[in-house]
Amino acid sequence: MATIFPPEQEQIIELDVRTDEMLVSMGPQHPSTHGVLRLVLRTDGEVVSEVTPHLGYLHRCAEKIGENVTPIQFIPYTDRMDYLAGMNMNLGYSLAVEKLCGLTDKIPEKAQVIRVIVCELNRIASHLVGIGAYGLDLGTFSPFLYAFREREMILDLFEEVCGARLTYSYITIGGVHDDLPENWIDRCRKFLEWFVPRLEEYHTLLTRNSIFIKRTAGIGVLPKEMAIAYCCTGPMLRGSLDRRKGDPPWDLRKIEPYCGYDQYDFEVPIPPFDDAPIEAVIGDAWHRFFVRMKEMEQSARIVEQALRKYETARGSHRIEPPRHLPPGEAYVETECPRGQMGFYVVGRPTKESVPLRVRARSSSFCNLSVTHEICRGCLIADVPAIVGSIDIVMGEVDR
Amino acid sequence: MHGAEIIAILEEKFGPRIRQKKPDTIDPYVVVDAADIVEVCRFLRDDPRLQFDMLNCISGVDYCEPEPAKAAKAGFEPHLEVVYHLSSFVKRHRFVVKVILPRWKDNVEGQLPEVPSVTSIWPAANWHERETYDLVGIRFVGHPDLRRILLAEDWEGHPLRKDYIYPLEYHGIRGR
Repeated sequence: MATIFPPEQEQIIELDVRTDEMLVSMGPQHPSTHGVLRLVLRTDGEVVSEVTPHLGYLHRCAEKIGENVTPIQFIPYTDRMDYLAGMNMNLGYSLAVEKLCGLTDKIPEKAQVIRVIVCELNRIASHLVGIGAYGLDLGTFSPFLYAFREREMILDLFEEVCGARLTYSYITIGGVHDDLPENWIDRCRKFLEWFVPRLEEYHTLLTRNSIFIKRTAGIGVLPKEMAIAYCCTGPMLRGSLDRRKGDPPWDLRKIEPYCGYDQYDFEVPIPPFDDAPIEAVIGDAWHRFFVRMKEMEQSARIVEQALRKYETARGSHRIEPPRHLPPGEAYVETECPRGQMGFYVVGRPTKESVPLRVRARSSSFCNLSVTHEICRGCLIADVPAIVGSIDIVMGEVDR
Repeated sequence: MHGAEIIAILEEKFGPRIRQKKPDTIDPYVVVDAADIVEVCRFLRDDPRLQFDMLNCISGVDYCEPEPAKAAKAGFEPHLEVVYHLSSFVKRHRFVVKVILPRWKDNVEGQLPEVPSVTSIWPAANWHERETYDLVGIRFVGHPDLRRILLAEDWEGHPLRKDYIYPLEYHGIRGR
């Protein structure tokens, strides 16, 4: 068979394809930006040379609202910050006001235990959305559906407790709004019995899925030093730590225990992990994802212990908070699913019922501020994989 | 390390440049001049006893009572505060540093007060300072990219000022 171009006539045609730099606007309506984040990418062909996030599409100036309402009235606004973890937001603000009023040591044991139960359940629910939606970003649809199946059960439990499925306003200044309903403990136990074995299914669907590993391992590597310099917290920071180098398991529940977390037996998962694929490096998107998976396990452990504790817990579910805020200021950070959420409350010198200033230090906001560093030089297709691994909630970023 | 010990180390180093110290408040803090903030922050980060490697939060607080009838009894003189919440990953302690500023530079209304930026010490300050500039109206001198972050670029005023007047209309969108 004769060839059209015999080898001696073969010529190498050099195609001089020049690529111009191009600005691509990604979002605010892009499905992979988790809400209304807008990223302006400076691209050179497929390579991203610069990422500039633009925020504020969901800004409601919640801090200004906080200056005009009493702390109890502000609780529903905290729900709307990180709307996937309303309980944890309520807790952060309640703790800050309680610290200012000097109530921290007076919260009854029962209220503390209920707080721990609902917060940890909410952490599971939030991480389920986090990993489910992350799978969705990377093109696998089924984990999302399974995650929502489990989350639905948690939301049903919450609905029984406080009537709401998303914006709970359940944890309040001085305790929690209501005691747990009858037989709720049993239903919660049933859920845990059902949930814990399901985690293995997620590992099959995502953790050991070779496409998922290819999309996440070694992508968006965040070194520990950079994470600390940008004050990244939560799974974002923990995914970059290394136990072999003596890094502490940095989790406020362990380091600055609040709500009696020091009485629970749980671990803070940090790399290296035995299950890590060989392509994965510490600090990449895969590790951030896996830290969340491991945290769900630990949260289930804490809930189990707290349910046992609830049966013997003393005191009421709530104490009456003072009507007026004392002068002074208090700053409290709590470990929310997305990182350390801080609330800074300043009371007026004239002892009024409304604070002078409320400041919310958002974990997603700080975690997002490192995007331009970890996205530099990646491919366009990796940007959703990196932003998804940060697991932001825009309601919290924009407040 | 407790707040009082941190304050002692700072006093030993900076002496009278530490303007105020409050070791007994809920969160102990010191007040320094705007001109000293970068030097104090660098010392706080680099001193082996302190090692404040994380800047958790920068907040601007507007101490002002816009209603004249209440102003006399407000309990404070009108001023702004920039509050830096620091923590240490290595040493696991926390501390607060404050800068007190006039509400307007040289008391000319509309001139934003200025404070040096700490972005060179903690990159985390970048977005926090942009937010404080945006909402409270404090100019961070030396910031690499001091633009509004949460509000629109053509927004007027700084909403977290106590005397902020709510706009009635924005690009044809009516407020209340």
